[in-house]
Amino acid sequence: MDFFVLSVLKALVVAGALMTSLAYLQWVERKVIAHIQLRLGPYRVGPHGLLQPLADVIKLATKEGIVPSHVNKPFYLLAPFLAVSLALTSIAVIPFGPEIEAFGVRTYMQLTDINIGVLFLLAISSLSVYAVTFAGWASNNKYSLLGGLRAAAQMISYELPLAIALAGPLLIAGSLSLREIVEAQQGVTLGILPRWMIFQPPAPQIFGFVIFLIAAFAETNRVPFDLPEAENELVAGFHTEYSSLKFASFFMAEYANMITMTAITTTLFLGGWLPLFPAEYGSNFVPSILFALLAAAALYHGLHPARRKDRFSLPVVALLLAAAAALFLIPIVQTFLLPLFWFLAKAGALMFLFIWVRGTMPRFRYDQLMSFAWKFMFPAAAVNLFASALLVALFAR
Amino acid sequence: MSDPSITDPAAIVEASASAHPRRMTLNMGPQHPSTHGVLRVVVELEGETVRRAIPDIGFLHTGIEKQFEALDYQQGVTLTDRVDYLANLSNNLCYALAVEKLLGLEIPPRAQWMRVLLVELTRLNSHLVWLGTQALDIGAMSVFLYCFREREDLLRIFEMFSGQRMMTSYIRIGGLALEPPRGWQEAVSRFIKAFPSNVDQYEDLLTKNPIWLRRTRGVGHVPLDVLVDLGVTGPVLRACGLNWDIRKTEPYSSYEKFDFEVPTRTEGDVYARYQVRLAEMRQSARIVEQALAGMPEGAWRADAPHVLLPDREKMKTQMEALIYHFKIVTEGFGVPAGEYYQAIESPRGELAYYVVSDGTAKPYRVFMRTPSFGNLQALPAMTEGRLVADTIASMGSLDFVLGDVDR
Repeated sequence: MDFFVLSVLKALVVAGALMTSLAYLQWVERKVIAHIQLRLGPYRVGPHGLLQPLADVIKLATKEGIVPSHVNKPFYLLAPFLAVSLALTSIAVIPFGPEIEAFGVRTYMQLTDINIGVLFLLAISSLSVYAVTFAGWASNNKYSLLGGLRAAAQMISYELPLAIALAGPLLIAGSLSLREIVEAQQGVTLGILPRWMIFQPPAPQIFGFVIFLIAAFAETNRVPFDLPEAENELVAGFHTEYSSLKFASFFMAEYANMITMTAITTTLFLGGWLPLFPAEYGSNFVPSILFALLAAAALYHGLHPARRKDRFSLPVVALLLAAAAALFLIPIVQTFLLPLFWFLAKAGALMFLFIWVRGTMPRFRYDQLMSFAWKFMFPAAAVNLFASALLVALFAR
Repeated sequence: MSDPSITDPAAIVEASASAHPRRMTLNMGPQHPSTHGVLRVVVELEGETVRRAIPDIGFLHTGIEKQFEALDYQQGVTLTDRVDYLANLSNNLCYALAVEKLLGLEIPPRAQWMRVLLVELTRLNSHLVWLGTQALDIGAMSVFLYCFREREDLLRIFEMFSGQRMMTSYIRIGGLALEPPRGWQEAVSRFIKAFPSNVDQYEDLLTKNPIWLRRTRGVGHVPLDVLVDLGVTGPVLRACGLNWDIRKTEPYSSYEKFDFEVPTRTEGDVYARYQVRLAEMRQSARIVEQALAGMPEGAWRADAPHVLLPDREKMKTQMEALIYHFKIVTEGFGVPAGEYYQAIESPRGELAYYVVSDGTAKPYRVFMRTPSFGNLQALPAMTEGRLVADTIASMGSLDFVLGDVDR
């Protein structure tokens, strides 16, 4: 098929999936946080609030977009646009699966495999500092300014340990292409462990993984590093003066960054779309078994309903889950669903960690955040990199 | 110093900030997520360092003290609820004690113990809200909702007693408003049994959390002598090492019969205040348990027909009762001329009502010495020279209620 048509098709699929998962990530976050906090979370719009994201989108899109009179208009308007477009760009180089063949076309499950994929990601994430700084400065509001400055300092500081921690997997894989990094993680080590970067000899990147994850929390401005928008100090931080779709853009950017960060972590450290254990041991049946178990559980609770309406809704859910289980058994579908399943499972687990931490942790103070970055994270990342380099030089290949 | 004729905090800070070109004036409040109401703090910033902080109060001034003069004594109880929305019963008690002293009323032991029990539940209520909001200020969102779960149980207990969740007016001059409801022992004991393990849960989340420690240790420290000079009382003072608790030093309402400790710390920072308040919650739970176990039998209000409305039954059968009812309802009861200053240990510190009577049925003057007002004075001393985030942590640890500050 024509390269151009194929690219457009893939872009549409990825963009659609990303936007949907953005909206539903926010729903998941609200639900998880609510259950941590003994609440129900969204419950009114649709069953279990499932249509809440849609309602939120409609609400935000139809609100009046106020541009305060005291702002610097060009930069004020540029900032949310920049934030959201940069946040959505980085997903382009993430590989979701191996090379597949569908309808007679062979293609990678990845929008584009540029050979400097990792550098591209770093460049994009550095640029997103500008969005926050512009927003903070152009709003001409003291809270926004403080939030913007905090965000800029924080993102620049944490980019260093992030980039250094990320160099470990590059050393081992010997490539900057994300696809090749994933392919370098195939197989088993020590008999049972997958050869993911966090386990891979000669230099397991467990410390690198932890450092990267902490830096990722800071890069995405999440608790405990959510100082730029610490509502108890700075009201809403850099987006205090934004409303309507402009506010929605910042909101989307935050969640898109979260998705990208978990996707990058999965790709670099957790073997990307590779299964937990090789197909010889039956990893292809894991999703089917999982969905079948869930279906059985739903069916059981449907037959012994706690509430009257569960008698109808839960069997329907069970049916859908059983259908999903069956879907994973069809060989043609398997080739692209299985890698996707493993990728999403790993990224989802990380995402849950992000949300869980938000439900549990207090917030750092600004100076503590900086000293943590420079006095602990940076040296730790550097030591990890040197040790890995030494191990790779001595033992690899 | 600045021109004394300028009283607007913004003007003072503006003037001093304009002398330093690198400084910025930041107006926090009266609408701000963590000023706990309508407090306005004008802050002079150098970077993120607070050079100067001036609290500006009065946004919630309701003139409650003046309103007392227009109501008769028993009606005044309803005003005391509205001073501090987290410690209503403490305010009820303090006012009732002051007026009872002027009247020379003898309160039966059951009523006194009941009052202790209710006031200690109020302390739990207030400290739970404090813990939740302090944790929220520092970014731990979940603790806030856990605390409100317990508080909800407490409010249900208050509702059971008085029919009201917050504006209870349950402690009246001469005893209690109503006979304690059926089944109150079960409700209270169920709550108090579950409570210590819930406090343990909060401690699990916070006490040893490294981020919580970094945010609270050494933050907002003020030397003890400065605190005493500023009139700070309550847990903030005790966290600085001074063992001053009016329940112990000048016992009222038979507190001397209860066995409890006054927790103190010497560090005097936000973390010490946190520890003191958590320990106080455990002590309050102990007091409530003792009150439950040893609750005396007998009357729940004083035998004072000229002050308290008679039973309906008596009113319909006895002529004296009907006369007293008519007199109390139409003209209230006269209080002998005199004045009395009654202090109690409210959840926030020393709460006192100074009641002046001229012999009529309405007070000549009621003055409140509210703990929040005194405690708020320490805010500039706690925050100047520190970071904005510490201002928020210190503000939370002072545990002021703006209604209590402005009155």
